[in-house]
Amino acid sequence: MIYLKLFWAFLQVGLFSFGGGYAALPLIENIIVDSNQWLTTGEFTDLITISQMTPGPISVNSATFVGLDIAGFGGALAATFGNLLPSFIIVTSVAWLYMRYRRLNTLQNVLKVLQPAVIAMIATAGLSLIITAFWGEEAILLSNTSILAVVLFIISLVLLLKTKLSPILVMVLAGVLNVVWAIVTGVV
Amino acid sequence: MDTKKLWKLFVSTLYLSAFTFGGGYVIVTLMKKKFVDDYKWISEREMLNYVAIAQSSPGAIAVNGAIVVGYRIAGIVGVIVSVLGTIIPPFVIITLISFFYDAFRENIWVSLMLEGMESGVAAVVTAVSYEMAIGIVKEKNAMLIVMMVAAFLANAVFNVNVMLIIVISIAIGLIQSYFMNRKEELE
Repeated sequence: MIYLKLFWAFLQVGLFSFGGGYAALPLIENIIVDSNQWLTTGEFTDLITISQMTPGPISVNSATFVGLDIAGFGGALAATFGNLLPSFIIVTSVAWLYMRYRRLNTLQNVLKVLQPAVIAMIATAGLSLIITAFWGEEAILLSNTSILAVVLFIISLVLLLKTKLSPILVMVLAGVLNVVWAIVTGVV
Repeated sequence: MDTKKLWKLFVSTLYLSAFTFGGGYVIVTLMKKKFVDDYKWISEREMLNYVAIAQSSPGAIAVNGAIVVGYRIAGIVGVIVSVLGTIIPPFVIITLISFFYDAFRENIWVSLMLEGMESGVAAVVTAVSYEMAIGIVKEKNAMLIVMMVAAFLANAVFNVNVMLIIVISIAIGLIQSYFMNRKEELE
């Protein structure tokens, strides 16, 4: 039953993604690329790129995209609903508790201790994106490395850390540079 | 139930969701502007706690923010209204994109563009994790630094399941707050 499978997969994404979209990436990748093989690594990277360019949370975007791809409109609904259900139950309960007792100490302490794990997840997502950008689907060898991708990565990183340019602008710039390079070197 | 207020809630969450780029942290700031400064439905102090709830609960921060604000304003009906407002825009946009995705992806210019953007996305995520990690290191709390490195090695090198890492972290947090509360009571 594909709807149930989509619902269950994205329920896990919803339940275990703490600390925002980037931190959820390794989990989403694990569930949709590794466990279920609903997308390839390349398609998954496209999905992240699209998510960055459009409004909306990455997990909701992934649920809609994967659901549609695997089982059409019903699949998108099942996956999105699965993704939202844990938030719905947990946040409503916490809000109810807060309005009753007006205390958030335990919650805030848990958040503080979760932060290192959240950063580790984001770093893992970064590493996996670097691997895809530099080597694609090929083996990680020096001879297979895309020098152009490395250069674009370094330029983007320097711009992000040293200037106040928006991430979307930096990403578009990397894309444009890649197109320009293809034209200059006569690939297209 | 005040349908006019619900309609206003729906329209504002729809609008915020459709025009906010840059993730959950940005959207909760804009929610504060709308519901605290413009509509005066929630006090500033209360809103800060709602943002904390949205950020520390699992799930997308934008969705969590919509749930907590919707609940505060109109109970469960408010939750349904504000969640619908929040997810309709990304749902529609991604549906449209996915219809054109295959044709789009085969276009040489688009595919070159996306290829270059892969490096850009990798840099964005690397920069975010670098800045956040520096924040933790500056706190000079040895336990948090050890946990960060251990979680990274477990996840990136040893392929330990993300869900397990989260559960262990939460357990450590709960044990720590239990002892902290006890210490407060003893004092």
